[in-house]
Amino acid sequence: MTIYLDHAATSPLRPEVLAAYVSALPLVGNPSSLHGQGQLARELLEQGRDRVAASLGADTVEVVLTGGGTEAVNLGIKGLWWARALERGETFRPGRRLRRTRIIVPQAEHHATIDSVEWLAEQQGAVLDWIEVDELGRIRIDALEAALAIGGDDVALVTALFANNEVGTINPVTQIVQAAARYGVPVHLDAIAAYGSIPIDFHATGAAALSVSAHKIGGPVGVGALLLARSASVEPLLHGGNQQRGRSGTQDAAGAAAFGVAAELVTLRLPEHAAHLSQLRDRLIDGIRGIPGATLRGDLDPDGRLPGNVHATFAGCEGDSLLFLLDVAGFSVSTGSACQAGVPEASHVLLAMGLSEADARGALRFTLGPDTTAAEIDGVLAVLPEVVERARSAGLAERKPTLGH
Amino acid sequence: MRVLAAMSGGVDSAVAAARAVEAGHDVVGVHLALSRNPGTLRTGSRGCCTIEDSMDARRAATLLGIPFYVWDFSERFKADVMDDFVAEYAAGRTPNPCMRCNEKIKFAAVLEKALALGFDAVATGHYANIDVDADGHRELHRAADWAKDQSYVLGVLTREQLAHAMFPLGATPSKAEVRAEAAARGLTVAQKPDSHDICFIPDGDTRGFLAGRLDAADGAILDRDGRRLGTHAGAAAFTVGQRKGLNIGFPTDDGTPRFVLEVRPLSNEVIVGPRDALAVIEVAGSRFSWAGEPPLDPSTAWACEVQVRAHADPVVATAVVRDGELVISVQQPIMGVAPGQTAVVYVGTRVLGQCTIDRTVSAVPGLSAVPATASAAGVHAAG
Repeated sequence: MTIYLDHAATSPLRPEVLAAYVSALPLVGNPSSLHGQGQLARELLEQGRDRVAASLGADTVEVVLTGGGTEAVNLGIKGLWWARALERGETFRPGRRLRRTRIIVPQAEHHATIDSVEWLAEQQGAVLDWIEVDELGRIRIDALEAALAIGGDDVALVTALFANNEVGTINPVTQIVQAAARYGVPVHLDAIAAYGSIPIDFHATGAAALSVSAHKIGGPVGVGALLLARSASVEPLLHGGNQQRGRSGTQDAAGAAAFGVAAELVTLRLPEHAAHLSQLRDRLIDGIRGIPGATLRGDLDPDGRLPGNVHATFAGCEGDSLLFLLDVAGFSVSTGSACQAGVPEASHVLLAMGLSEADARGALRFTLGPDTTAAEIDGVLAVLPEVVERARSAGLAERKPTLGH
Repeated sequence: MRVLAAMSGGVDSAVAAARAVEAGHDVVGVHLALSRNPGTLRTGSRGCCTIEDSMDARRAATLLGIPFYVWDFSERFKADVMDDFVAEYAAGRTPNPCMRCNEKIKFAAVLEKALALGFDAVATGHYANIDVDADGHRELHRAADWAKDQSYVLGVLTREQLAHAMFPLGATPSKAEVRAEAAARGLTVAQKPDSHDICFIPDGDTRGFLAGRLDAADGAILDRDGRRLGTHAGAAAFTVGQRKGLNIGFPTDDGTPRFVLEVRPLSNEVIVGPRDALAVIEVAGSRFSWAGEPPLDPSTAWACEVQVRAHADPVVATAVVRDGELVISVQQPIMGVAPGQTAVVYVGTRVLGQCTIDRTVSAVPGLSAVPATASAAGVHAAG
């Protein structure tokens, strides 16, 4: 029996979502077709879109459905940057003059953001202003304000995580948007990790764009959305029919229907769900506190942290050793770091928080879900001390071996 | 036993893992990430450690129903294998990085981590056998298929390392049988080409690899009498026994080709001469080890065979430990022996031990032998 404590990676499809998805899949009709069958598919799609909008305090027309969270982030960042950097109707060419070049981005972002802004910098002429995060992984508002003041009219956009996907720290998004608004700068918020765990009100944030993904909240993989304020505009990533504002491509009615059900469920259950998660989270945090060499990471103030996230580093341990031993013991967890070809590297989030490379290597992220029980938390706490001890005896990968001659 | 199967993504390690599973062991597959910047795809049969190799290994593990992980040993690999490789060339020696990897990575760093995490053994797809003698001591032996035998590159393993090594392919009559078995098991890598060469030099261009990593300056190519015959672009890139790439503008008096006899990195000189001058009757090294139980009295010469390259034929020899060196004398002179190479000592099919060659003794009386190039032990060549 395997205990799943990696809901931030993906959260199992909820039964109600599966039922809606399966019943919608055989439906014939392209939502863009003009005939009756097309209109039926369109209605299914739009109902899904309604529900996604409602779960996020947005209008239906503001929901651009995408092929997942990564596409949403790419569209939010590249689309906003292109729209702001270029005069309307201007084309990309070497040596062109850009109206605005700067992107203000915190150091502890998800790779979808980091890779997008770095591509814009390398290929398109964007200038990146990296903003420090504090030791909890939270954006430094003073640094943000300084960058806005220095960048002035040259700032194309600010992008930031709503809550950090690795260490669970919630960013002060209202302050971020307000600071940017003083300079007339639009903000993209990556709310993929936050969605379904804490309330998100798109209009209240004042952000120009906000990314979410269905499979993190019990919906299907391959479905996401970029919320795009009525006032904001993006240059599209994909061309070919203008089926949606800022996105071309045949629309996925079944995916939207399933996403809609998942969105409605998480919204309906949010208070109860968050309370359940917080309780288990704090139980796990308390248990980890007693393990020698363990340091809890991220904000330990319950209001500053995602309710389902526990993150800790274990001195002298390699994250992949910890993960392996827990996996063998029947617990699915994450090291929280990005994997290139499955090669674990020290998390850039932890490094940005000021950890040393050695400390950052011994990281574990536990993310809880709706079906997680207190018994499961106690179960992982029962094996964790021995797992840590054993991983510590295996040491860090750079340690010189004593075998051989 | 709890067995860690090191899975490269090739057919041999996949079948080795399969056999470990079938033997009833509790097996976990581990792919070693030896580079932080792996290539995405293999090109032809060369190279390793690509994302494609990692995926092949993962799919094989899934088919076998065993857990699979990627372990990052790129830092250790760089320090102990790649940097060592460059440093050896810089010292005028010819290293074997595959042996260094077995000695320092697969059966050291990986094995130690495996033992700490609760494993009992590391299994690889090497073609070699481990036999247990009457007293229960483990012995390393050649594989049943001498054409595929890899006992040479495992000759560096010590008793402690062999105690936890497992080579499930050792008794296999041929590689064809391994491929057939892989196909029968439905492994997608059944027809994957063999890897060749040095994994971190996928294009096989060792000199090109070294060029960017060694300080290179023009230096003299000399004959044995000290006459200058030409100029080279950096002594460290040359290997004893090398014939090509000397670019000397005029032929020898008798028209026979010249070979590199000696590389002197300190003075940046390359010494060349006739093929006969490469013949060696003795090799010796202070860095030696025993693959299992040592001889009862290593200071009394014993009859053996010695092999100086992975694909060389073994030759009849006697060996003795004298003045802190393993000294190996051959009856018939051997060619193409360079300092830095490993001499593996066999008794029958058994690997007894090995030394890294520090110095050699020429078979031709009156010729200076290839001396101890930058030998840490300060051993000087005899006569």
